[in-house]
Amino acid sequence: MNPQRTAWLFLAPALLVLGVFFLLPVLAALLLSLTDYDLYALADIRNLRFVALGNYWELLQRPLFWSALGHTMYFVAVGVPLSLGASLGAAMLLNSPLARCKPFFRTALFAPVVTTVVATAVIWRYLFNTKYGMANYVLGLVGIHPVDWLGDPHWAMPTIIAFAVWKNFGYNMIIFLAGLQAIPPDLYEAARIDGASPWRQFRHITLPMLKPTMLMVGILTVSGYFQLFAEPYVMTEGGPLQSTVSVLYLMYDEGFKWWNLGSASAVAFLLFLIMFAVTVLMLKLSRRGEQA
Amino acid sequence: MSCRARPWRHAWLVAIACSALLGSCTQAPDNHELTFWTIGREGEAIVKLLPAFELAHPDVHVRVQQLPLTAAHQKLLTAFAGDSTPDLSQLGNTWLPELAALHALEPLQARVDRSRVIQPRDYFASIWATNVIDGTLYGVPWYVDTRLLFYRRDLLQAAGFDAPPRNWAEWRQQLAALSDPARHRYGILLPTNEYEQLMSLALQQDYGPHPGDGLLRDGGRYGNFESAGFRRALAFYVDTFRLRQAPAITNVEAGNPWTEFGRGVYAFYLSGPWNIGEFRARLPAAQQDDWATAPLPGPTGSGIGVAGGSSLVIFRRSRHKDAAWQLIEYLSQPAVQRQFYDLLGDMPPRRSSWEGGALHDDPKARAFRQQLEQVRPAPAVPEWERIANEMQLVAAEAIAGRLSIDQAAAEMDRRADAILAKRRWVLDHTHPDQLRGHTP
Amino acid sequence: MNPRLARALVNGLLIGVAAVALFPLLWMLSVSFMAPGAASALPPPLLPRHASWNNYRELFVHAGMGRYLLNSLLVAGTITVLSLACNLLAGYAFAKLRFAGRERLFQALLGALVIPAQVAMLPLFLLLKYIGLVNSYAGVVVPALATVFGIFLVRQYARGIPDELLEAARIDGAGEWRIFAQIVLPLLKPIIVTLAIFTFLAAWNDFMWPLIVLTGQDHYTLPIGLASLAREHSQDSELMMAGSVVTVLPVLLLFLSLQRYYLEGLLLGSVKG
Repeated sequence: MNPQRTAWLFLAPALLVLGVFFLLPVLAALLLSLTDYDLYALADIRNLRFVALGNYWELLQRPLFWSALGHTMYFVAVGVPLSLGASLGAAMLLNSPLARCKPFFRTALFAPVVTTVVATAVIWRYLFNTKYGMANYVLGLVGIHPVDWLGDPHWAMPTIIAFAVWKNFGYNMIIFLAGLQAIPPDLYEAARIDGASPWRQFRHITLPMLKPTMLMVGILTVSGYFQLFAEPYVMTEGGPLQSTVSVLYLMYDEGFKWWNLGSASAVAFLLFLIMFAVTVLMLKLSRRGEQA
Repeated sequence: MSCRARPWRHAWLVAIACSALLGSCTQAPDNHELTFWTIGREGEAIVKLLPAFELAHPDVHVRVQQLPLTAAHQKLLTAFAGDSTPDLSQLGNTWLPELAALHALEPLQARVDRSRVIQPRDYFASIWATNVIDGTLYGVPWYVDTRLLFYRRDLLQAAGFDAPPRNWAEWRQQLAALSDPARHRYGILLPTNEYEQLMSLALQQDYGPHPGDGLLRDGGRYGNFESAGFRRALAFYVDTFRLRQAPAITNVEAGNPWTEFGRGVYAFYLSGPWNIGEFRARLPAAQQDDWATAPLPGPTGSGIGVAGGSSLVIFRRSRHKDAAWQLIEYLSQPAVQRQFYDLLGDMPPRRSSWEGGALHDDPKARAFRQQLEQVRPAPAVPEWERIANEMQLVAAEAIAGRLSIDQAAAEMDRRADAILAKRRWVLDHTHPDQLRGHTP
Repeated sequence: MNPRLARALVNGLLIGVAAVALFPLLWMLSVSFMAPGAASALPPPLLPRHASWNNYRELFVHAGMGRYLLNSLLVAGTITVLSLACNLLAGYAFAKLRFAGRERLFQALLGALVIPAQVAMLPLFLLLKYIGLVNSYAGVVVPALATVFGIFLVRQYARGIPDELLEAARIDGAGEWRIFAQIVLPLLKPIIVTLAIFTFLAAWNDFMWPLIVLTGQDHYTLPIGLASLAREHSQDSELMMAGSVVTVLPVLLLFLSLQRYYLEGLLLGSVKG
């Protein structure tokens, strides 16, 4: 049988699914974002207007879009370093020759990753309840006033960040662990013989050797965190005072709550452009760092 | 070659067959099964009324799906967009214009004319009117739901008041006397993420001589939030928080409002009649005499209420319209409406249902009967749900002190005008034929 | 540093972090057995006073959790089986079959990884509406049948299959399908297990798309059912915790029993270039 034909037959199911159920909708989203498709258009297609970049322009002028973007950036800027730091720290602990029961700890630290966001977000919502939550109770034991975690606009996003870090740090921890284990121990031997302190060993051996892993993990985590949606949806419904509305939450509201599909598609594309720009920036910076 | 490929071909056929099977599980419902969507607590009461209906109509089986209030609006729209609407549904009358504009609902006038059970004249006039959009009847009122004042009679008496407030001045006085924020006692609970309370206060205002002007003006083309009337209502509402007579919390943080009301954390609670049933059920018997209901106090006298409530509607895409109509007729019988009231506390929209039975004798229900003759509907525009939400979001900012009353009113108008932009275009550019719509 | 102190420090920290990681899950389990309203007390209780199965009974009898559980099993299982087939075929093709434009096409697919899935969701909903798949199991299953990540993973692994093995079989006259079924698949077994676990977990935990496409209660999967209950019963924390347990336990058990494969697969997809 013609090898070309066989190859295409092998590829056919996957390409068909991806083409029809992913690529096509993405192109359609681009088209949609250039119209003002909404409930009226849903009822009667004659109510559809072509508005070119009107949706984008309107979005860029809407305060809620900028605050949603701000909240998302806040989440990424604080959450990613925290998450990576926690993952690296946990990985180093697990990698230490002094650690006992490694398989148990590895499983325990990874467990939150496997759980469903919805289920664990519900748990956190109760743990951080202002009146009856465990968090405020523990704080009360050390004499700190109860904090309105999910009701105070200043504390809601930090609570969500803490939740996201708790949930995800195990994933990157495993990757860092593999990276750490790939570092030849002789490097550390040599450094120790030379009298280097653990901190210097970390800065001059561990970090440089982990750089490629860190970059990849960083990009994956950043792009994942940009897609913040489930946590605000379950924990705060975008509140309080819309302080936890993320870009995707805005898209969901626009698109599936109010059925302004044109506007919502524009939000989605803007998010994509921003994510793309940030990823390219990260790659460029790292390359420049390598050359330096 | 083909023999070697056969096992794979079989596998693909199986896979495709599986997918087709799964797809067909969208179900063409079986012949006489009605899907009935309810919103909020009504579902639990309905389930108890259905056995009698199914006994009387053995060829019809009703499947109730209960939607939580917070998700209902979205679910209805999504169902419409996805062509998966139920046969009939409970529908708040503020949402009726929206679904009617989408041509999702079946006009019911012909069926009403033929019906012996449903007599339009028996219904409270303004309630029936909320179901008529552009001259076509789209729903049959099921229950009315105007906002009332629930209050702790014993707490009022302890503070020296032997009657509930009859106007805003008295109300403010009573709230001040009953609030003690230092001891976590507040005059009233007004969840900051619910718009019904502010809307009730706003609807009591006078909006000037132009007919049809209210919270929106110019035929529902522009917001009217900067009017003197609305600003008065907004000021009263926001001041309640500023004077710490109500805590600035959402209904999620409020937790269990019934136990809190029972514990005396709040002396007043603005809510709907279904809570009559809830309070009866959740508060201990010893406390049942401690609470009562009163009509909403108006700015200068007895208040006008919101012409709220839910109707029963049939969706255009339903394949069991006749069976659905039978259920609607059943639920509209005065006797069944009284039963419904007994189960939940929801008030019937028919005057004849008020005669006889618990409703007639219930002192807690009497407050409503008067108010029902004087109710005003919310603006009947499809975008109302969205505008009301934005109104509340801005009001919450004012409560938090981030906006003054005038700034808040201006912002509400700005947002409302933006939301109504498409409506203005549709109204001014489309042929009247399009508005009525004839495509299924 | 004193080695004993160092060891205590390291293990102490590990215990601390593990406690933080596990506490919410253990608390969830504990509260699910408490009586209604018991968790909303001061001080917050750690263990139920009178453990009972009441909440679970309430969930399965009145809230229809059993239905959601079955739906989740059905949907996740179907997605796993069918998407394994698609991804294996495509991944192997990219790895070992020669055809024009192979590398270019693969690069394009990798490029698609940058696009967040949510961009496609709105038109995809409209598309499914026209086909009539909204509010059906197929609506959830079909779009998930092939993923670039899955293809990538299979390709990575399949590249390790020695070419000579395949060449020899081809010289012997075996057709490509036969080679795939009899030689390649057995060699790919580890990645099949890994991908199956990945896919099942992702499908089980998927939230946003099923939330959009499943409009009727009958088809809800567990995460959707739980979210809907959470909005409706936000005061009943004990009931919610029981719901969370039911949602989390199956995947946790799956992970515990197969964690070796899962963790290996993680590394395969991430560390190698």
